[in-house]
Amino acid sequence: MAEPRRKMKDLRKQPGFDFMAWFCIVFLYAPIVVLIIFSFNDNRSVVRWTEFSLRWYYAAFDNEGIRNATIVSLKVAAVSTLFATTFATMAALATTRTPPFRGQMLSYAIINQPLMIPEIVTAVATLSFFSIIKQLTGVTGIGYLMLAHTVFCIPFAYMPIRARLEDMNLTLEQAAADLYATPIQVFRKVTMPLLAPGIVAGGMLAFVVSLDDVIITLMVAGPGETTLPVYILGQIRRGITPEINAVSTLLLLLSIVLVSAFFTLGNKKK
Amino acid sequence: MGAVQHSGADARLDEARRRVEADTRRRRRQLLAPTLIVIGVFGLFPLTITLIYSFLSPGVYGGVTWEFSTDAYVQFLFERDIFDDTLSFSGTYLSIYGRSIGLAFGATVGALLIGFPTAYFIASKPPSQRNFWLFLITLPFWTNLLIRTYAVLLIIRDEGIVNLSLQSIGLIDQPLTILYTDFAVFLGLIYSYLPFMVLPLYASLEKLDFRLVEAAYDLYATRFQVLRHVIVPMAKPGIVAGCILVFIPGLGAYITPELLGGGKELMIGNLIALQFGGSRNWPFGSAAALILMVVVMMSLIVYVRYAGKEGNSHG
Repeated sequence: MAEPRRKMKDLRKQPGFDFMAWFCIVFLYAPIVVLIIFSFNDNRSVVRWTEFSLRWYYAAFDNEGIRNATIVSLKVAAVSTLFATTFATMAALATTRTPPFRGQMLSYAIINQPLMIPEIVTAVATLSFFSIIKQLTGVTGIGYLMLAHTVFCIPFAYMPIRARLEDMNLTLEQAAADLYATPIQVFRKVTMPLLAPGIVAGGMLAFVVSLDDVIITLMVAGPGETTLPVYILGQIRRGITPEINAVSTLLLLLSIVLVSAFFTLGNKKK
Repeated sequence: MGAVQHSGADARLDEARRRVEADTRRRRRQLLAPTLIVIGVFGLFPLTITLIYSFLSPGVYGGVTWEFSTDAYVQFLFERDIFDDTLSFSGTYLSIYGRSIGLAFGATVGALLIGFPTAYFIASKPPSQRNFWLFLITLPFWTNLLIRTYAVLLIIRDEGIVNLSLQSIGLIDQPLTILYTDFAVFLGLIYSYLPFMVLPLYASLEKLDFRLVEAAYDLYATRFQVLRHVIVPMAKPGIVAGCILVFIPGLGAYITPELLGGGKELMIGNLIALQFGGSRNWPFGSAAALILMVVVMMSLIVYVRYAGKEGNSHG
């Protein structure tokens, strides 16, 4: 009994594949791990370890540029997440909770458009468009940046919400309707509570994606609208400082925490 | 009398159905409107602006002046002599596109060589362990690309950990210059987009029926033959999808060449960004962006054709 089973397992193996898989993981994680470890180094060096210390984290917190950039990043991410998630939820309801319609494929294509065009193209196109609007209306401000982020966050928020809606059993909503619940009541009492984890998941992805963006922000952001990644890029261009290692580690950990939460959320439903 | 009543009921039923359908359509329109308007107006429409801008003349301090000109496209291929205004062919910009395509293609092949065994390895794990492995692959994708690239920069510097460890074990005397070379950009591109390769490959390989592998061995196939004639053909859709997902963002990469190429080793993304920053030639930048879009579209068409043909010959 055990014999053929072991043989089966062997048959699945290809020479060198296991090694490549482990290599892949090491390759993906080694640079990140080195960055995180050396951000706690007392020395300025990112190579020679001297002593554990949080001094670069304190230095980062004291740095006004970093503080301001963090506030801008959080503001932009919060606002664009709110809008993107709301719009994506509505769009997901429209594409899953109504019968198939003409233009459905076109709608999908439009929703996913921000994913299909190279980011640098989107960035310069948005910059050109906004510069025209600014010239015509004279309106400036951080709203433009939030709007640009909302656009590319929508498909990321849309994906998990739509997946959740497609997995959800329609019978509960139909049963509620049979019991004379109005469409609004069905939505509030049945659809919404079941959909909530999907919306939270979509919102988290949108938040992470907004927080991570560099290229579009670099092009669209006006003076005083420097986000944390754009600030970090500027610092890296000038040279490597341990403070940047500390901030980078924090930003990295924030993404890791949010995405891990997203995965746990996704696994719970199964 | 009865017949009339019946058709009256039918008419009312039809009427009710029509009203429900109209209601559904209206609700759908309302639900879709914000998304389609926001993406349409601020995502799609700006591309037309880019098209228009590419046919205008550059403004002195950035922006454009509204005069029709094909200079942006001419400049792409020719150099204008400043003294006698004659045009002579210049391959500078063409070579930037060439090198970008080469680097993105190389990175795609590299990612495939690492990604395929990894995806296969995960697919052959028991289902309970697969999610954890997938999580490990996906996590870097969601973390900040800039910071990940910076982390690569830190370890491949002359005084980085890679060089120091090679020196300390006595393999090399002088640090290897990796940073600010084409190789660094190539490495960085693989590093950035590897998860894009693994995930679609896994999606195809997960469906692989290992009984086919067994059958092939029963028919005296070698391991390589099994790989070549059973596993790879089954994974074809994943291979095509993975290659597109690595090639396209690799082609338009900005951060990787900026940080690891040190600004010397230009790729298309940097060329475009430069035109909207320091060099300030928005029409030329717009033209370069559109040409990038065309290259992306063409590679998509090639891939789709190729995938379609292969699918037919096997089906």
